[in-house]
Amino acid sequence: MSVELSQDQRAFGEYARRWLKENAPPPPPERLPITPIEVMTIGQRDYLQAWQRKCYDAGLVGADYPKEYGGHGHTGCQRIANQEMNRAGVPFLINIVGLSMAAPTILQHGTEEQKRKFIPGCLSGDEIWCQGFSEPGAGSDLANQRTSAVRDGDEWIINGHKVWTSLGHFARWMILVTRTSKDDKYNGLTYFLCPIEGHPGVRVRPLVKITGETGFNEVFFEDVRVPDANRLDEVGKGWAVAMTTLLSERGASEGAGSGGGRGESAIRDLISLARSTWRNGVLAADDPVTRDAIMQRAIVAEGMRQNAKRARVPALCDHPMRLPLQQKLTGSEFQQGNARLGVEIAGAHSTLYKRDPRAPQAGHWPLAYLNSYGNTIAAGTNEIQRNILGERVLGLPKTK
Amino acid sequence: MTTAKTVSKDFGFGEDEAMLRDMARRMLSERLPMDRLRKLVAEAPEPVYDKGERAPWDTQLWSEIVALGWTGLAVSEAEGGSDISLAGIAGIVEEVGRHALPSPLIPTLMASLVLRAASGEVAGQLLARIAGGATASLAITNDRGSWEPEHAPLIAREEAGALVLHGDARFVQDAFKADFLIASARLGETFVLCAVETDADGLRLEADHIHDLTRDQASAHFQGVRVSDAAVVSRDAASVLRAAWPGLLVLVSADLCGASERLLQTTVEYAKERVQFDRPIGFFQAVKHPLVDAMVEIDRARSLLYYAAAEIDAGIDKAEIAARMAKSAASDAAAFISDRAIQLHGGIGFTWEYGLHIHFKRNLHNQALFGDGVHQRKKLADLLIGPVSTSPNLGRDPAAT
Ligand SMILES: Cc1cc2nc3c(=O)[nH]c(=O)nc-3n(C[C@H](O)[C@H](O)[C@H](O)COP(=O)(O)OP(=O)(O)OC[C@H]3O[C@@H](n4cnc5c(N)ncnc54)[C@H](O)[C@@H]3O)c2cc1C
Repeated sequence: MSVELSQDQRAFGEYARRWLKENAPPPPPERLPITPIEVMTIGQRDYLQAWQRKCYDAGLVGADYPKEYGGHGHTGCQRIANQEMNRAGVPFLINIVGLSMAAPTILQHGTEEQKRKFIPGCLSGDEIWCQGFSEPGAGSDLANQRTSAVRDGDEWIINGHKVWTSLGHFARWMILVTRTSKDDKYNGLTYFLCPIEGHPGVRVRPLVKITGETGFNEVFFEDVRVPDANRLDEVGKGWAVAMTTLLSERGASEGAGSGGGRGESAIRDLISLARSTWRNGVLAADDPVTRDAIMQRAIVAEGMRQNAKRARVPALCDHPMRLPLQQKLTGSEFQQGNARLGVEIAGAHSTLYKRDPRAPQAGHWPLAYLNSYGNTIAAGTNEIQRNILGERVLGLPKTK
Repeated sequence: MTTAKTVSKDFGFGEDEAMLRDMARRMLSERLPMDRLRKLVAEAPEPVYDKGERAPWDTQLWSEIVALGWTGLAVSEAEGGSDISLAGIAGIVEEVGRHALPSPLIPTLMASLVLRAASGEVAGQLLARIAGGATASLAITNDRGSWEPEHAPLIAREEAGALVLHGDARFVQDAFKADFLIASARLGETFVLCAVETDADGLRLEADHIHDLTRDQASAHFQGVRVSDAAVVSRDAASVLRAAWPGLLVLVSADLCGASERLLQTTVEYAKERVQFDRPIGFFQAVKHPLVDAMVEIDRARSLLYYAAAEIDAGIDKAEIAARMAKSAASDAAAFISDRAIQLHGGIGFTWEYGLHIHFKRNLHNQALFGDGVHQRKKLADLLIGPVSTSPNLGRDPAAT
């Protein structure tokens, strides 16, 4: 029941607060998107990469990683750094795949050499990573992989097609799941750390989202050669490695801000929108239905915050995974519900696309609403999340 | 109460509180398993529903509960109670809700919280009585079911150095199990809070016919009840009730959370066992997914419950916000799992004999008590957005003029 902070954690928190206050980033050269997976332009990328590097140098990123892999060697401090970064309202860290998926997976499954080679770039943000799991035929059914890897001496030859690859357009590396045997759906998979940018045979093609913006990509592999040294864990162990990645990805939502300060500011934004929007001659903030709807959001926001707190009090948790496994589901539906309510409150104004000079808040609400489906679909759809919670936590029979 | 205070990291739910809660769970699951509860309160509908007899309760179990000191949970040590954290009390009340225990415990805890808020000598003596095993209930609700502390159900008049109470207090919980009532009355421009023995002259308790099988409820008719100075708890009843209100909401929310978790687990077990189309029905996502959604809602309510309890313990001025959030979340979570529990059991869940309706009805009762989700959110909006503007200038779009 150890919920008190250690001396190191307290000191670290104070340091982080001070550093963030003294090192507020300069204004971005152009409007930043809401999440890292929507970074589109080189201007945004360069700005965000420089910011991550600065945070990394200050010790706020990679806080809990061992020093020999480029980390700062603390224990339990990354959570605190994330909290403070959220609270300070600074820009997000761009290398989300590197930080919350590649690095933890390599730490657990990599050779000593792989850990020394790959983890530092994940943390500093100098090397941007992308995730090559999904394929046209392998979405929720992730193990249904077709992209093949065939051994050729010290190398592997990769052929296939990945889709929905966020940040693929800026990525130096990809965490890649391939099929190395057709005999066994789950045990025929192998995991690679595959070079992307400028690598022969790799072609990255942007895909356009429902917002009209690009953001993710499809990636084609044509006789792409990858050295065996870039294979992560054993041949045929790709499924287990991919599970490590998914677990880190879904657990990362705390870092991504779904549990913390973001919630409060979302409610503040909705209230100020309601206070400044006239509808049918009445301020939206005076409309009882709108007031009720905003309060419903406020209750969810506070509930998520207190869930995160309760998850650290074992005596108040019936099942250790019960609260943590809810984060992705509740976080993404919270954001979606807020955005949808924002659209409703803004009324006729939410018909305006961001290009329209009269669009309030640069068209934020309808764009946020459209974009919110990215989070309810990505990282395992929310239907799949409900399967997982029903099966792992409630013990109901498996869907598969 | 105005200094900056912080909420403890474990909500005030430490090892002692965990031990008490676990003990409560063990004892109640041993002494009040489902078949025993069914026999106790739901043997047949005729006595309660047709004849209007009051719901039975296990007085032997109650005397053991008194011996364990549960009536004194919210009473200070100086007055003979155990004075544990409100989160700890919530933990025990969750068990009470989980087992749908028919007892005057929750109304007595509510009366304790009101007496604590009142403080003073009279309140202190009554708290000591409660710690010694006396039971109490609140008579603070008027005929319209208003939850505003100013809408006192009774009228008080000063007569020959005493107060005389007239009027009807409605929705008095477990009145027939209570030794005394804490009643609120209007006295001219002020409000008084009085302690009245349930066998006092001029007081008549009339049982309501209610759905919930695990409690009684009464209309308390005050026809010239005399209250001496020694029984006047406070001459500022509205402030006292307002101060105690968040705690009252926490107690009802805890009951709702416990009963809802029970309905969830019961339905999950059934979904693992009941086979249709050659599979346990929990395989089907129309069954599985709503159960997950219910879990998410119950968890939200529980987290807000402990948060509210901890804020109240820390004396945070805005504890009302957390408590109203908790009651809103708990009422809505309860409504949802109650609904799904019956539906997902199919025909068997619809039968009297199976007994799901016991927790369902207890929830339905508690959902309404002290205001449902909509009511809580209406009050919350006043706190978080500000009152609805009444200025005539704000009522019209400036663009229109
Ligand atoms: C914004 C965004 C970014 C993404 N980034 C990446 C990335 O960087 N790398 C990467 O590899 N992938 C990425 N993805 C892909 C994402 O992981 C998949 O889209 C997701 O797993 C769903 O797969 P699918 O699109 O093939 O849908 P499908 O699996 O075909 O699902 C279609 C519908 O069926 C439902 N469904 C499917 N199976 C079940 C079931 N068993 N039970 C109940 N319902 C079911 C789904 O919930 C969904 O509603 C991204 C997706 C989005 C939207």
